[in-house]
Amino acid sequence: MDFNDTPEEAAFRDEAKQWLDANVPAPDELKGLDEIERSKLWQKRKYDAGWACIRWPKEYGGRDASAIEQVIWNQEESRFNVPGGVFGIGQGMAAPTMMAWASEDDKVKHLPPLASGEHIWCQLFSEPAGGSDLAALRTRAEKDGDDWVINGQKIWTSGAHFSDYGILVVRSDPTVAKHKGLTYFFLDMKSPGVEVKPIKQISGGANFNEVYFTDVRIPDSQRLGAVGQGWQVALTTLMNERAAIGGGGMGVGFDRIFELAKRINIDDRPAIEDRQVRAKLADWYCQEAGLRFTGYRSMSALSRGDTPGPENSIGKYVGASKTQDMASFAMDLLELSGALWDSEHGEESGIYAATYMGAPGGRIAGGSDEIMLNILAERVLGMPQDVRLDKGIPFNEIPTGSN
Amino acid sequence: MVVGVNFEFSDEQNLLRDQARGFLQDECPTTLVRGILDGEDSYARELWERIGQMGWTATVIPETYGGLGATYLDLCVISEELGRAIAPVPFSSSVYLASEALLLVGTEAQKEKWLPKLATGEVIGTFAIGEGSGRPSPANLSVKAVNGKVTGTKIPVPDGDIADFAVVVTSSESGDGASFYLVELEGTERETVATLDPTRSHAKLTFNGAEASLMGAEGEGWTTVETLFNRAAVLYAWEQVGGSEAALDQAKEYALGRYAFGRPIAGFQAIKHKLANVYVKNTLARSNGYYGAWALTTDAPELPIAAATARVSGTQAYYFASKENIQTHGGMGFTWEFDCQFLYRRSKLLSVAIGSESWWQDKLITAIERGQAA
Repeated sequence: MDFNDTPEEAAFRDEAKQWLDANVPAPDELKGLDEIERSKLWQKRKYDAGWACIRWPKEYGGRDASAIEQVIWNQEESRFNVPGGVFGIGQGMAAPTMMAWASEDDKVKHLPPLASGEHIWCQLFSEPAGGSDLAALRTRAEKDGDDWVINGQKIWTSGAHFSDYGILVVRSDPTVAKHKGLTYFFLDMKSPGVEVKPIKQISGGANFNEVYFTDVRIPDSQRLGAVGQGWQVALTTLMNERAAIGGGGMGVGFDRIFELAKRINIDDRPAIEDRQVRAKLADWYCQEAGLRFTGYRSMSALSRGDTPGPENSIGKYVGASKTQDMASFAMDLLELSGALWDSEHGEESGIYAATYMGAPGGRIAGGSDEIMLNILAERVLGMPQDVRLDKGIPFNEIPTGSN
Repeated sequence: MVVGVNFEFSDEQNLLRDQARGFLQDECPTTLVRGILDGEDSYARELWERIGQMGWTATVIPETYGGLGATYLDLCVISEELGRAIAPVPFSSSVYLASEALLLVGTEAQKEKWLPKLATGEVIGTFAIGEGSGRPSPANLSVKAVNGKVTGTKIPVPDGDIADFAVVVTSSESGDGASFYLVELEGTERETVATLDPTRSHAKLTFNGAEASLMGAEGEGWTTVETLFNRAAVLYAWEQVGGSEAALDQAKEYALGRYAFGRPIAGFQAIKHKLANVYVKNTLARSNGYYGAWALTTDAPELPIAAATARVSGTQAYYFASKENIQTHGGMGFTWEFDCQFLYRRSKLLSVAIGSESWWQDKLITAIERGQAA
């Protein structure tokens, strides 16, 4: 047991480091660009040098890199404050789905622009009536000649307002059981009848949207999988919606709170000397360390060529609550000024208030805490699924509520 | 620390784990644990002899002293399985504490005399520090050594009623330090005391000018306590990891077989989420155990942090898993007849054995303040 790369891994790490050192954009270069322009600039630079989506096959714009090389790249890139994030859904979820289910022509056409950052994709899954129970979605698809006609509403669609393409699950047959009447498509977000409305969040931002479909036509050639096979295709997407291994960087983490507790006084003594403060900090340190070393265990499995165990799936669940609790605790340490959320007067520009208001989203997005616990109990511990009252019942006969 | 990717036990160590688990399933079923709980014996004598024959007690003792000279990673693997089996044997006292103390500060003569017999298991050693309620410190030690003779009372001393010798922490002859003395216990007044976990016996030891030989430098014993506990903490943590997993397995098995409202209670979210949360804490504890195991094996400067991290996580995971195991069993979990109690008892005993949760939380932050971070 050690913390060292194999010689091949070390050589790869060096190569990645050298390229990053020479090519990460300087602040001056990014001046005047918005977040999307910055992200596109960086992504294109990586693509041109063969460092974009390195795990993908070369013919789709990747590098044919191994899983462990991807982890090493993520680690090295995360040491820099590089722009990014807008490509996560397209490259991380849409692309693997396309690779598994799209025609060769569509892969060659759509994957390279995803890798180069030319195209941004979004994921049109959740609906007002289909959140944790995603398969309860109601947006309709009706066949009309060689096209499908889509009517309905999606929600919580991150980045829909700046996306070029989307992946979409819809109900093609409401007369069969819930999971059996779904079909999966990709579509051009500029198609007539697509309307995107931003949703303002409690954090003040508006990263996600409602997306309305009114008689939107999608060619049958953009269907992924068979008619009625949409759930199976969606599972390909969802399996990729998990925390990436080996990345880094957290806004409010142990180091920041530890430094704060050394600076702030309680009864004229540094807060760090307070027993309760020490106990809380110790617990958070243990959680962060536990997640970090769980990641290392997964990396070790990848390095050996094995599939990592299920242990890494605890990351989002543990991390989201920890972030929320730490932000809340930091604001308590600051007493009344903890309420400040002001770039001029607040502690570190109000990062704790911002994190406190953003954290509830982290506990819900990409599988709520409760869904994560279900997944752990069912897939890892082998406990039975919940009783499903809608099982085997035609979708249009399932009872619905008012919320 | 370089972020790297070989963070796993070796194939040989995984094989050792499988062998140890199989051996303990056969030789240490819970009926054996129950026999110690209900009976008069202080420990499972035959199991202890078999463990000695298997060489587990010899794992990290150097070959020059009759040991196997294997690594601490191997010992962590064994600790995990002993914890899982709730083994009623004096392994932690004799191996993690007494043998380690000898390796750390024993004189050559002390090592030559005791280590070969500790390696075979024919001799049991222990470590005597506590003198009653509260956190021990150099300032509150009342047991004294004067001219090589120890006087005073230690309580509770793990395995004090069966050990052949004890490493005794005394106040130093001058100043406010502490010292280590090795005392052979034959002739010492000792009395078995009742504890929360009768499957691991404890005693009150009263020394009346007992012959003792100094270990390490007079007055510098408290530094040794810190080092010894940092090393032992990793091994205790692995016992805690094993116990936590046993508790989760027990709860899961029961929940799958117990029906209520027409279906297994394992299908209710109240139970699923409870056990998923146990799994989460267990996973964090195991991963931090790797960190501790790595630091202990490589004698890394991060050991104080790694040990405390593993120890705090292990203590929290075992407490949580063992109490929620009882809860999952409902009323049956509260009966003497069921095995849930063994894990609940052992979890708390291990938690107070070498410093409580809050002690180790404090040690962790202290170590981070001192910049021993990775």
